[in-house]
Amino acid sequence: MKLLVLVKQVPDTNEVTIDPATGTLIREGVPSILNPDDANALEEALALKDQYPGTTVCVISMGPPQAMYMLRECLAMGADEAYLLSSRVFGGADTCATSTTLAAGVEKIGKYDIIFAGRQAIDGDTAQVGPQTAQRLGIPSVTYVQKIREIKEKTVVVERALEDGYEVIEIQKPCVLTAIKELNKPRYMTVRQIEEAYQKEITVWDEIALNVNPKDVGLVASPTQVFKSFTPPPKGAGEMLHGTVSEMAATLVAKLTEKHVL
Amino acid sequence: MIFSEKHELMRKLAREFAENELTNEILDAVDEGAEYPKEILDKMGKAGFFGIKTPVECGGQGSDCVSYVIAIEEIARVSGVSAIWMSAPNSLGGGPLMLSGTKAQLQKYLTPVAKGEKIMAFALTEPGAGTDAGGTVTTAVKDGDYYVINGRKTFITTAPVADWAIVYAKTDFSEKARGRSRGISAFIVDMKLPGVSCGKAEHKMGIIGCPTSDIILEDVRVHKDDLLGEEGRGFQNAMKTLDIGRIGVAATSIGVAQGALDEAVKYAKERKQFGRRLADFQAISFMIAEMATKLQAAKELTYRAAQLKDMNSPEAGTAASMAKYFSAEACNEIAGKAVQIHGGYGYIREYKVERMYRDCRVFTIFEGTSQVQQMLIAGNIIGR
Repeated sequence: MKLLVLVKQVPDTNEVTIDPATGTLIREGVPSILNPDDANALEEALALKDQYPGTTVCVISMGPPQAMYMLRECLAMGADEAYLLSSRVFGGADTCATSTTLAAGVEKIGKYDIIFAGRQAIDGDTAQVGPQTAQRLGIPSVTYVQKIREIKEKTVVVERALEDGYEVIEIQKPCVLTAIKELNKPRYMTVRQIEEAYQKEITVWDEIALNVNPKDVGLVASPTQVFKSFTPPPKGAGEMLHGTVSEMAATLVAKLTEKHVL
Repeated sequence: MIFSEKHELMRKLAREFAENELTNEILDAVDEGAEYPKEILDKMGKAGFFGIKTPVECGGQGSDCVSYVIAIEEIARVSGVSAIWMSAPNSLGGGPLMLSGTKAQLQKYLTPVAKGEKIMAFALTEPGAGTDAGGTVTTAVKDGDYYVINGRKTFITTAPVADWAIVYAKTDFSEKARGRSRGISAFIVDMKLPGVSCGKAEHKMGIIGCPTSDIILEDVRVHKDDLLGEEGRGFQNAMKTLDIGRIGVAATSIGVAQGALDEAVKYAKERKQFGRRLADFQAISFMIAEMATKLQAAKELTYRAAQLKDMNSPEAGTAASMAKYFSAEACNEIAGKAVQIHGGYGYIREYKVERMYRDCRVFTIFEGTSQVQQMLIAGNIIGR
């Protein structure tokens, strides 16, 4: 099997702060990491590789040259090949333009069985790139995959998480599956694979290599307009009411009236 | 030192491993006497932590000494005893084999040790002789294809759980070898051989969870195939092993010291006295400044020693002694100050610094005391 994994380098949001004046992310000095859901996507591909000898796992990312580091990390976890789609003209892309670029990269790699992607990236939380890439490639997709039940010759049977349960879906290959963290626990790198990751070549493709029109990618092909980004003000501490039910009800009504809610 | 991306990834691996796997619950149980969990050792083996510098063809990871130091440091930051489990096969267990093993010995012994499948102990120290190897009284007498070993080794890390041990014993009883380091040979001894037994595990102050005991050898017949290196060259093998091993102790020291500093800083920012945070008192903040500075100096010495080792520099031995000496002393000072900053809470087991303080006490003692390091450093500068 040939498995592709779409990965993204994101700022570690545990460490990120927002500039209160401009409302934008302060990215300076914030470590970049492999997007957590993408780590689950990669793990699932690697687990299938363990299960089916002869499987190759390729990771693909669109991003600046610094994203090489994250791709090395993916190689150190066990991926076989890494591709970076990188060019100035890809910059400023929203999900729409990103999926165009990723789909072009996937098509250049050639034949594949399953494309894994994380459900969403922690910096944008859109959850759009996986399904959009499937759309551009003209293949089916299942999002929120919590379990792969079976790989059949022409199809894959997966469980798709719902709010209150899951649904079982059999999907035609090739397809896109987006992973949630419940799918698995990503493995550690190994010392040997870190060594090997630095002996491997990472293939870098720009718009010429991908044969895409610069008008179709990057900022110019991104219809999304960011109106404003801001940190919601923190909620105040809740207040516990005490007493009998009727006392508490009376206090509640009084407080709500006071705040003009009632 | 500015690290390469590769080494940064090594740190990330070891840090994630330490933070996810070495939970307080496990570490507390081990410190209270529970056996060190086999699952963690298995996971360490899988990550490649037992053969970091060991060549790939011997089942190792084929990385370098800088990676080794970084990995040990990150594990030790969370757990001293875990770092000892990890350094043993890399250093004192695998070292003698890597230095002198034949192809067959490497395959038979080093490969399973590097993979974490077997445990190799390093048995040099005796009740009357440690660094002073001339005092070795364990003997190995040739008898046909075998050597018959008699003697007692003491303070041997992992002895009660080891599959094999490298045992150093006197093979030259001539007048000119008396009381000197020459005439000592190294043997690979199967711990299941008749005549091999272990004393009871020592009750130690710290590093609880990695057992240490005596090894008693009574008419143990070891085949000549298990002679490690040339007969009579065992002392050189032991000293070279220790030369490298010291970098591991230095790395453990900077790791524990970093853990203690982290805890001290956290506590100083939380704890309020006289209406202010402890960190706002200059007396405390200056202590922290000193701890951090000494730690950085210790780190630079340790990383440098590792780098020189990777370059096969003739200065690597002295650099390792300097790193071990300074880092172990600095770690004790830093852990002591971390306890001081915690006040009474630093003296009770609920706080991590109490264990760190106990764990690090041995760092200035094992694998050559601080005074032995000073001897070695001075000897190198002044000449003997």
